[in-house]
Amino acid sequence: MNPDFLPTAKPISRLIEELNKLPGIGPKTAQRLAYHLLQAPPERSRDLADAIVSIKENLKLCSICLNIADSDPCGFCADESRDRTKVCVVEEPIDIMPLERTRKFRGLYHVLHGVISPSDGIKPEDLHIRELLDRLSGNPITEVILATNPNVEGEATSMYIQRLISPLGIRVTRLARGLPFGGDLEYADDVTLSRALEGRQEM
Amino acid sequence: MTARVYQTEGIIIKRHKFGEADRLLTLFTADYGKVRAIAKGAMRPKSKLGGNVELLTHSQLMLARGRNLDIITQAQAIDNFLPIRDSLELMSCGFYLSELVDTFTEESVEDREMFDLFLNTLRELSSAMEGERILRYFELRLLSHLGYRPQLQRCSNCGKQLQQEINYFSPAQGGALCRDCGYPDMGAKTLSVNALKVLRLWLKCDFETARRVKLNNDLTREIKNLMRENVKYVLEKQLKSIEWMDKLAAEGGINGNTAGNVTDQQGSP
Repeated sequence: MNPDFLPTAKPISRLIEELNKLPGIGPKTAQRLAYHLLQAPPERSRDLADAIVSIKENLKLCSICLNIADSDPCGFCADESRDRTKVCVVEEPIDIMPLERTRKFRGLYHVLHGVISPSDGIKPEDLHIRELLDRLSGNPITEVILATNPNVEGEATSMYIQRLISPLGIRVTRLARGLPFGGDLEYADDVTLSRALEGRQEM
Repeated sequence: MTARVYQTEGIIIKRHKFGEADRLLTLFTADYGKVRAIAKGAMRPKSKLGGNVELLTHSQLMLARGRNLDIITQAQAIDNFLPIRDSLELMSCGFYLSELVDTFTEESVEDREMFDLFLNTLRELSSAMEGERILRYFELRLLSHLGYRPQLQRCSNCGKQLQQEINYFSPAQGGALCRDCGYPDMGAKTLSVNALKVLRLWLKCDFETARRVKLNNDLTREIKNLMRENVKYVLEKQLKSIEWMDKLAAEGGINGNTAGNVTDQQGSP
């Protein structure tokens, strides 16, 4: 048998290989997607390809909040109807989406693009903390809401930012940590439960 | 190690995102040494694992053997060292400790003594005001346990008994050097009488005693530099989490460092 012979044609195996690199896509899913695209009308693959290329070419970072957007300033920062006195600090652009879905927050955002993670060598200087501090001076911001993830790195990052902001006399709050809705006390871990007890509220 | 499911207690020393909501954990366990395992769905808010498999949590674990990586099926935190998590300084020490343990150990080598040392260190840290002494004691005990115990009784070069004077210390030579051997050695650092006393005591005492040793700022700094040199020499690299710990300390967080001279509770070692 010819050693160079491949069971699938080169372009297909290349596509499978590329799809396989995406999160959540295993080899089987990649194969299925590749053969699906092969059978779909050519416009569909072209649209998909264009969409993929354009996220790299047409997106930029908002110079104010560092969110990924198609305009600078981004939609949030440009929207005059939003509350300009509150800034919510998140780790990644993707964290804005769930917060927006709640429709409870009408303020502005600030994206750090990461968290402090000493063992990976990620230091405060690698995040956009400087930009946040710059934003706080000269703007009517009265409250900074820290919405980093409730894990060790997220907590460390929040504590660190809180330490930098508190001398400025601006109110710093942290998202409440407690029990998830629809959860079960039995399965709650001790840290979550103690935070939930600490943060209990009058009914 | 043939059963499909096994139980052990372990401390989470490292964790990475894995797939959509899974975490790849590195555990230091009591019975199997360092183990890497997957915690499925641990990043979801309602995960049963979630907070029980956070970094630096001491947990009772049930694991199922997988082809490459084991899978955590159940986890129940025994101690999550809340005080460490609540303090930026102590947490930076925690990050450092976990990196130390991770770098110094190989997978699947059982080491109960090391596990106990690590666990006691975390307990100690979570009831402490500052981590400085605890880290130094841990470093020394860790090196000594793994076969890198620095020679502190005699000169590592000529074997002469060390005198009550300023001696030298060289990780490359394996410990203390007397005046004659240390002075011409460019890689050696000076070793004060008090630092030598503290290190000798720490090599043989438990936490209880180690905690009672009071160090002034100069001595703290001296021992810190000596131990760091030693760790760096053995590992042949600098650990990443040191930078952040130093940054925090430089910004004036760490208070502790009580004044006063060495008071050696057990008399002269």
